[in-house]
Amino acid sequence: MLASIDLTPLVDWSRAQFALTAMYHWLFVPLTLGITWIIAMMETIYVKTGDPEWKKLTKFWMKLFGINFAIGVATGIIMEFEFGTNWSNYSWFVGDIFGAPLAIEGIMAFFMESTFIAVMFFGWNKVSKKFHLASSWLVAIGANLSALWILVANAWMQYPAGTAFNPETARNEMTSFWEVLFSPVAVNKFLHTITSGMVLASIFVIGVSAWFLLRKKETRLALRSITVASVFGLLASVSLALTGDGSAKQIAEVQPMKLAAMEGLYNGKSEAGLVAFGILNGKEKRETGETFALKLEMPNLLSWMAYGDPKRFVAGVNDFTHGNPGQGILSIPEKVERGKVARQTLTDYKHAKAAGNLAKADSLKLLFKDKTFLDSKFKYFGYGFNDDVKYYVPQVPLTFYSFHIMVIFGFGFMVFFALMLFFSARGELPQRKFWLRLAPWIIPLSYVASEAGWIVAELGRQPWTIQDLLPTVAAVTKLDAGSVMVTFFLFAVTFTVLAIAEVNIMLKAIKHGTKNEGGTK
Amino acid sequence: MFESLSHLVLQQYWWIIVSLLGSLLVFLMFVQGGQTLFRNLGKNETEVTMLVNSLGRKWEFTFTTLVTFGGAFFASFPLFYSSSFGGAYWVWILILFAFVIQAVSYEFRTKAGNFLGQKTYETFLFVNGLLGTILIGTAVGTFFTGSSFSLNEMNQVNWEGPARGLEAAFNVQNLSLGLAVFFLSRVLATLYFMNNIDDEVIFTRSKKHLLINTIPFLVFFLFFLIRLMFLNGYAYNPDTKLVFLEKFKYLHNFLQMPFVLVMLLIGVVGVLYGIGSSLLKNKCTSGIWFAGAGTVLTVMSLFLIAGFNHTSFYPSSYNLQSSLTIENASSSKFTLTAMSYVSLLVPFVLAYICYAWWSMNKKKITREEMKTEEHLY
Repeated sequence: MLASIDLTPLVDWSRAQFALTAMYHWLFVPLTLGITWIIAMMETIYVKTGDPEWKKLTKFWMKLFGINFAIGVATGIIMEFEFGTNWSNYSWFVGDIFGAPLAIEGIMAFFMESTFIAVMFFGWNKVSKKFHLASSWLVAIGANLSALWILVANAWMQYPAGTAFNPETARNEMTSFWEVLFSPVAVNKFLHTITSGMVLASIFVIGVSAWFLLRKKETRLALRSITVASVFGLLASVSLALTGDGSAKQIAEVQPMKLAAMEGLYNGKSEAGLVAFGILNGKEKRETGETFALKLEMPNLLSWMAYGDPKRFVAGVNDFTHGNPGQGILSIPEKVERGKVARQTLTDYKHAKAAGNLAKADSLKLLFKDKTFLDSKFKYFGYGFNDDVKYYVPQVPLTFYSFHIMVIFGFGFMVFFALMLFFSARGELPQRKFWLRLAPWIIPLSYVASEAGWIVAELGRQPWTIQDLLPTVAAVTKLDAGSVMVTFFLFAVTFTVLAIAEVNIMLKAIKHGTKNEGGTK
Repeated sequence: MFESLSHLVLQQYWWIIVSLLGSLLVFLMFVQGGQTLFRNLGKNETEVTMLVNSLGRKWEFTFTTLVTFGGAFFASFPLFYSSSFGGAYWVWILILFAFVIQAVSYEFRTKAGNFLGQKTYETFLFVNGLLGTILIGTAVGTFFTGSSFSLNEMNQVNWEGPARGLEAAFNVQNLSLGLAVFFLSRVLATLYFMNNIDDEVIFTRSKKHLLINTIPFLVFFLFFLIRLMFLNGYAYNPDTKLVFLEKFKYLHNFLQMPFVLVMLLIGVVGVLYGIGSSLLKNKCTSGIWFAGAGTVLTVMSLFLIAGFNHTSFYPSSYNLQSSLTIENASSSKFTLTAMSYVSLLVPFVLAYICYAWWSMNKKKITREEMKTEEHLY
């Protein structure tokens, strides 16, 4: 399947380009996911009460949303097409399953979003109040529906459910649409991701409003916004923590190597403790089991978090690389051997078919429906592409630190929302100068936490594009690495320039406040 | 309901859906055409603002249609997605780049602190209009002229030649389609402005530019169409599935599928009627609807002769047997069936788009609105 040339630079540049696009895209998406709900709620209050101040408020946040939305669209289109341009082998190998959610995303969500955004921005004087309000809700629903479908697609890469391999076409084919859509990983991933967007958007609204309060500008707007956003943010952050817990349990089940990397666990153990905070040692020391230079550990909590049982064995990186027969864990060399058998069977089938040896071809084809072959060999198909054990170990430090940043910040945000709500309920917000000064600085932290979550999800599952079935080296488009390097820099410069423009416009719009927002009934 | 259909019927059904999306996309590219006309039709800032805002309320339809067209192609014919996008890398990257710079330009153009200045964003829109139309047209041209690629036994693409798709732009047939799409998008844009903007000056200028752009459009389109009728086409044997070159294949396709020929003829008449009535009548604002519907029918007929009647829709000129057909490039029967249920949503989506469009267009864009509207591009 692969040429004998060294594909490492090509894979690295292709991964870099995808990571660049995804991370830029994710700078803009979570705000859209969350703030559209806040805007719809504010407009609902306006329509219910008829108070023009709420209309003004709605329009102000809508303006910021519009600036943010445009650049989210710009970075989004690249992502869809990059599956084809840079990961063409992937696109064929799993296109039968992966293409469907992308198409549904377009048909079901993008049109809803784009149609009603036009009404939302330009329809104030053209359509009725109720139609306008419905449009605002439909934009929020459309944005979150688009997240649903792309997350279903992503979840499928992490946990390929509802599919079977067809040797005839040399690809995976869908066997159950509902298993793809309602796979537990997909449902949890969707809920965890949209609630993270809601948390980020609430922090954004509170941060901007706090800045207004400090400058004694737009005081009513700011107080009302903080109230709405802290209630919304608190509820969302509780849900974020619950779905995060669900996510950890699923990772323990379907991507245990990722869990080991997240916790910096090299040698597996029973009654494993959760490292709440830690500093990792260098690679050599880590691999011998001396993982941390410093750590704060909560006993038994990892076993409980992963399996709901404080005594359960949690496997570490070394258990996966060298194997642990006592726990029924195969070593990577063993998986590599099995993967090679699966690949060779496919090649033999193709050769037999090409040579017209139909009897042999048919018997080999049948193997791909045989449960024993599927469970003992084909399950490890992806391991057959590379012999190097290290290739199958994700980047532990980045995964570990990203995971801990995400979790620590996440709990911090919950406390922050609770405090803001408390101050707001007691009418003390304008006096709480320390918290008001702190609030705008929480905004960048929420972006860091959000990006860190994706680093855990994606870097923690390397080298897989499809878990255990297709590593990056087999998924990449055969291009010369130089071409991908050029497009990487083309997009890096473009996105950076556009992001600078976006932030600059956003800051100017915030400083400008609600001066031009009308607000008449 | 769809379960009882054969795999081939589902493949044909999905080729029709993809063709419909592609045709709607070409119609909606009036947005791109309009972006190349701002400074021709608007002579002062108010006029340019009217033109920009007129398109600014529609650009997302075009953009979303492009994204959905890509997604639908991926879901229904994934081998095209992997072969063409992975193979013709540079063409698709340039198309994508042209759309990236468009997506921010309306929103950022006149905003305070936009970093690059108004002129830069207008240039972005111009580049999108120019490259987006010509390159998409050129890429679709390869559906008839073929590309240099081969597929291995695992269906992985290998592109022959270093230009990675850019070579398509040096083929006169592809390029004439690219230029025809470019000028058509400008024709449609002038008709759209005549309909959407209530302003005497812009109306008159649009009418003038309608004529200016109609001539090159007709020249390039007729050149493409007439030459296409004489080209060798990529046919395949329905039993052996072997691909071979057939003389006058696309002419045969029209003659053997008279329904598609009628579709082409009605489409062309619709476009010509839309243009003609707008040029000849005094105050005609409905040209866009005739020309738009005509565009959809014409482009759809071209897609249908590219993929139906045992024709390879993405032929390989390097290795005939690597050519993609709706039969060998499609998703499994299961996936096409599942997606066919999703396709039932399309009429509903079209209905709410039409309703929203109608609600928003009841009031035309005027100079007065540009002074009072709070959200302006």
